[in-house]
Amino acid sequence: MTVLLAAAWSEVAQQVVSGLATGSIYASLALGIVIIYRSTGVINFAQGEMATFSTFIAWWLIEDPNGPDWPYWAAFVVVLVISFAGGVLLERVLIRPVEQAPVLTIVMVTLGLAIALNGLIGWIWGAETRSFPGAFSTRPIHVGSVTFSIQDAGFIAVMLAAVLCLYLFFRFTKAGLGLRAAAAGGEASRLLGVRVGWMLALGWGIATMLGALSGMMTAPTAFLDPNMMQGVLLYAFAAAVLGGLDSPIGAVVGGLALGVLLNLLGTYVDFFGGQMRLVGGLLVILGVLLIRPQGLFGRVAVRRV
Amino acid sequence: MPVLLELEDVSARYGPIRALHGVSLSLEEGSTLALLGANGAGKTTTLRAVSNLVRKTGEVTFSGRRISHRSPEGIARLGISHVPQGRGILAELTVEENLRLGAYTRRDRASIRSDLEGVYDHFPRLRERLRQPAGTLSGGEQQMLALGRALLQRPRLLMLDEPSLGLAPLLVREIFGVLARLNGEEGLAVLVVEQDAAVALRTCAFACVLEVGRVVLAGPSDELREHESVRQAYLGY
Repeated sequence: MTVLLAAAWSEVAQQVVSGLATGSIYASLALGIVIIYRSTGVINFAQGEMATFSTFIAWWLIEDPNGPDWPYWAAFVVVLVISFAGGVLLERVLIRPVEQAPVLTIVMVTLGLAIALNGLIGWIWGAETRSFPGAFSTRPIHVGSVTFSIQDAGFIAVMLAAVLCLYLFFRFTKAGLGLRAAAAGGEASRLLGVRVGWMLALGWGIATMLGALSGMMTAPTAFLDPNMMQGVLLYAFAAAVLGGLDSPIGAVVGGLALGVLLNLLGTYVDFFGGQMRLVGGLLVILGVLLIRPQGLFGRVAVRRV
Repeated sequence: MPVLLELEDVSARYGPIRALHGVSLSLEEGSTLALLGANGAGKTTTLRAVSNLVRKTGEVTFSGRRISHRSPEGIARLGISHVPQGRGILAELTVEENLRLGAYTRRDRASIRSDLEGVYDHFPRLRERLRQPAGTLSGGEQQMLALGRALLQRPRLLMLDEPSLGLAPLLVREIFGVLARLNGEEGLAVLVVEQDAAVALRTCAFACVLEVGRVVLAGPSDELREHESVRQAYLGY
């Protein structure tokens, strides 16, 4: 009996760890969604395709036979920088002109952006699936009776590092303060001399960078193709809604919780494997919106989707 | 004294509704001006026109410079501090962060610190609540925070929109006392929108009465106080 229990326990622990790793991917993308939602009140439906685009740039830098054949981490850093700049640019060029428009208009613009980016990726890189190198080895390591891969631990570490950087940025830098002020009250901030327009662009830059992070973590576990992040985006929405759309902490906790929950369901509930996983994500969104619309950590009810 | 702020034939509208019909007024450096008038007279819109928060026509000049087409943040950076109606407190941010935002456009760290100390001396209550979300402050404390934050901007002109709104008379007197002191000691120019005409006329050297978007009376407060229609409409005797 005890042997059986111990075996069961180590399997649960294993599923939890790998759930946390997948959850880290959701959390990164969800964090991007939350940062844009907080500052503009808009859900960015292009978040997934933007991440895919970033990941394709990484693929081109590292793997493409016709590319420059860079080492992984050099490409990683450069892709984050490019993504940041790209996010800022997108906000300036696409979102700025419709800033004053109704929320639905802006949402439509982000949807259009998603479709356009998806087509652009296919046009530049083609629609076939490609393999993407992982930064971390998939070699298993054993801690006590729990086995997980170095990659799992690496994903969790990368996500936590990103969260720490964001925390330090928002708490201790002037731009971070300006961004939070702009999100809390645009007009009041402008009267204090905060350049709110640029703060929104900065938010887009950060969100795009987080997307790139989640894309580069997704690609080694799946395959890289133009539609790679569409499923992940749904989980990220679920994570953001679960945590509360206006809460960055909520996005992280929501992402991790969702990763673990779906993993456990997939392992222990027969019909939950494979394609049912997506349904699980949808059910979480539905359930949260019905039972606790503001999410775990959110303060305002979700009204504008 | 040279003119600090001048509005020339300023009109503004919210959608189809015209809120200002060619308002002209001016304020000298180091002077104080009260904008009086009933609800909907265009007092708030006048301030918003100065800060370019509302679509307008006409000219606004600040210290000899045309500012009609500058962005609100650009105008703030020129040295106009505008405390809007409802005080513009960022409720989710802490008291300290709100104050730091006052000094957002400044780079002189040492004097920011001494200015902060100055604000705490003016309003000791704020020092006790530095780490608290600003939204948890009482109305009076929020007004003090808004005023302290405005002072950290080191403005040349302070514009206040209804600082007395929702405050107990004692607090109103305190706030206007601070204004009078800042004007007297540091020569800060003040433009204040106020429902409480008695307090405003006592504090400000000049006043200006708006009615349905037009200036109907303007002059030194002493003269306006004697004016029959001002007495009846705004002072109630």
